[in-house]
Amino acid sequence: MATSSTVEPTRRDFLFIATGAAGAVGVGAVAWPLISQMNPDASTLAMASIEVDISAVPLGSIMTVKWRGKPVFVRHRTPKEIQEATSVPLAELPDPETDKQRVQKPEWLVVVGICTHLGCVPIGQAGSRGDYDGWFCPCHGSQYDTSGRIRRGPAPKNLEVPTYSFLSDTKLKIG
Amino acid sequence: MSGPSTYVPKSALGRWFESRLPIAGLIHGSFIAYPTPRNLNYWWTFGGILSFMLVAQIVTGIVLTMHYTPHVDLAFASVESIMRDVNWGWFLRYAHSNGASMFFVAVYIHMFRGVYYGSYKAPREVLWILGVIIYLLMMATGFLGYTLPWGQMSFWGATVITNFFTAIPLVGDAITTWLWGGYSVGNPTLNRFFALHYLLPFMIAGVVVLHVWALHVVGQNNPDGIEIKNVNRDAVAFTPYATIKDSFALVCFLILYAWFVFQVPNYLGHADNYIEANPLSTPAHIVPEWYYLPFYAILRAIPSKLGGVIAMFGSIAILAFLPWLDTSRVRSGKYRPMFKIFFWAFILCCLGLGYLGSMPAEGGYVIAARLLTTYYFGFFIIILPLLGIFETPKPVPASIADAVLARNGGAAAQPAE
Ligand code: HEM
Ligand code: FES
Repeated sequence: MATSSTVEPTRRDFLFIATGAAGAVGVGAVAWPLISQMNPDASTLAMASIEVDISAVPLGSIMTVKWRGKPVFVRHRTPKEIQEATSVPLAELPDPETDKQRVQKPEWLVVVGICTHLGCVPIGQAGSRGDYDGWFCPCHGSQYDTSGRIRRGPAPKNLEVPTYSFLSDTKLKIG
Repeated sequence: MSGPSTYVPKSALGRWFESRLPIAGLIHGSFIAYPTPRNLNYWWTFGGILSFMLVAQIVTGIVLTMHYTPHVDLAFASVESIMRDVNWGWFLRYAHSNGASMFFVAVYIHMFRGVYYGSYKAPREVLWILGVIIYLLMMATGFLGYTLPWGQMSFWGATVITNFFTAIPLVGDAITTWLWGGYSVGNPTLNRFFALHYLLPFMIAGVVVLHVWALHVVGQNNPDGIEIKNVNRDAVAFTPYATIKDSFALVCFLILYAWFVFQVPNYLGHADNYIEANPLSTPAHIVPEWYYLPFYAILRAIPSKLGGVIAMFGSIAILAFLPWLDTSRVRSGKYRPMFKIFFWAFILCCLGLGYLGSMPAEGGYVIAARLLTTYYFGFFIIILPLLGIFETPKPVPASIADAVLARNGGAAAQPAE
C-alpha cells in the first residue's frame, strides 16, 4: 500500500487505475449496443423518401401524405394566401423566416404536419384554419399562417419544411 | 424498531430451516409481532391496499399478455378480441384498466396522508423519497400501458408525452428519435413500450421492498406524529390489529373497485380510445388519463414549451425535497392550526388543477391554471418554509398513550398485548 509519506505513486497505484480504466471502457463498449439498438433500424431508414403526384390537388386545398410515419401537408396556395404569406413583417414572427426561404415554387407549400409544440397534427380543413388562414392545432391552440409559420400559441417554431424536390411539374419527391 | 427477531419456530424442521434462512422470522417480525402505533386511523390502511393493487395489476397484466399482440396492425384488434372472444377477457381488461385508476386513487390518498401527518420528516426522509420513486414508476407504467390498446388516445397521448423530450435544447430531437426508434411514434415504439410496461411493475415491486424495509427501520408515523416510546403502552401487535383493520379497509375499497369494473367500466376512460390509432389525424380534444390531469394543467399553464415541461416535471420532483422544505418541528398537521388551512387549500388546488387539465386550454381556464400553478409551487417553496417560523403549534401530548387517553376522556383500557 502507498503510504501518505510516499509522494511517488507506486506500481500498485498504477495497476489499480489502469484496471479501473479498462473496466470502464469495457462497460461502455458493452452498453453502447444496448443503447444504440433503440435508434431507427435499417428498414426505417430505408423508407426515408417518397414520390407524390400533386396534379390532383385543387387550388386552395391541402393534400396530406404519409412520410416517415408522419403527415406531410402539400398545399396548393391561392394568390391571396401567397400574398398573406409574403406581406407579413418579419418582426411580427416568433420564429422569423421569409416565405421565400420556405418554398421552392410560391404556389406549393410543403411542410411536415406536426405541430412543433408537442406533436399533434394541426387542422387545415377550410373554415377551421385559425386566425391566420393557415393551420390550427387542436391540442393546445397553436396557430400557423399560410406559410406554416407559428404566429400564436405555445409552439416555438415554424412547421418544418422537409427536404423535397420537384421531379416534374406534377411530381414531388419528399425526403 | 423491529430489532433482532425473537421468533422460534415450533417444529424441528422449522428450526432447522430457520437457522439456515431466517425468512419465517423476518415475516413474523415484520407482519405479526411488529409493533404498530395504537392510534393509527383508516388513512393508514392504504399501504396495504396499494400492495394488493400492485399484485392485482401484475396478475391481470400477465394474463392479458397471453392474448395481446404488440404490433401496430394487430394491437387494436387483439384488445377487441380480448373484449369479445377471450373467456372472461372483458373482465380481465376492465379489472386491469380500472385497476390502474384505483391504484392511483390509493396512492394519492396515501401521499396526502403523508403530507398532512408530516410522515416525510426525520427520520423518514428516505422512506418518503422511495415513495416518490414508486409514484414516478407508477406514472411511467400507467402511461406505457395506456399506449398498448393503440387507440386514438393511446397514440396521441404517447405522441404528446414523448414530444416533451424535444423541449430539451440541442439533443432533444435525437433523444426523441431514439425513444421512438423512428421518426414518429410507430411499431418500434409500441414494441418497446410493451417490453417496458411488463418490466416496470417488477421494478416497482423491488422499490416497494425497500420502502417497507425503510419503514420497518424507522417505524410508522401516526396521526399524532409522536414516536413510540413505550412499546407496551403506545403500540399494538401488527397481527391481529393492523391485519384485520387493513383487511376491512381493503374490502371496502374492493367494493368501489368492483363498482367501477362491473357498473361503469369505461367511465374513467375515453371514448376516442375505441377508435384505432390514426397517425394522420389528431382527435379534437386530447386529454391524458385522469391521474395525470393536474400535471397536464401545469404544463399548459406556462406559455413556453421548455418552461411548461420544466414546470411539469418540477411539480413532481419537488415532492422529493419536501422533508427539507417543511421547517416546522411539529410533525402532525393535527397540532398545526395554520398548516391545516394551507393543506386543505392545497388539496383544493390539486383538484382544481385536475379539473382544468380536462378543459380546453383557452381563456379563463388558462388564467385559473396559472393561479393554481402559482399556489402549487408557492405551497412548497414559500408557505411550508415560512410556516415553520411563524406558526404557533398546539401543545403536543407527551406520548401516544397520552394522546389516546386524552381523546377518550382518560377512560381507555390498556391495549391487549
Ligand atoms: C403498476 C402496475 C400496472 C399498471 C398501473 C398498468 C396500467 C395499464 C393501463 C392503464 C393499461 C391500458 C388499459 C386499457 O385502457 O386498455 C394497461 C394495459 C396493459 N397492461 Fe398493464 N399495468 C400494470 C401492470 C402490468 C403488468 C405487470 C403486465 C404484464 C405482465 C401488464 C400488461 C398489460 C397488457 C398486456 C396491456 C394491454 C391490454 C389492455 O389494453 O387491456 N400490465 N396497463
Ligand atoms: S401540440 Fe400543437 S399546440 Fe400543443
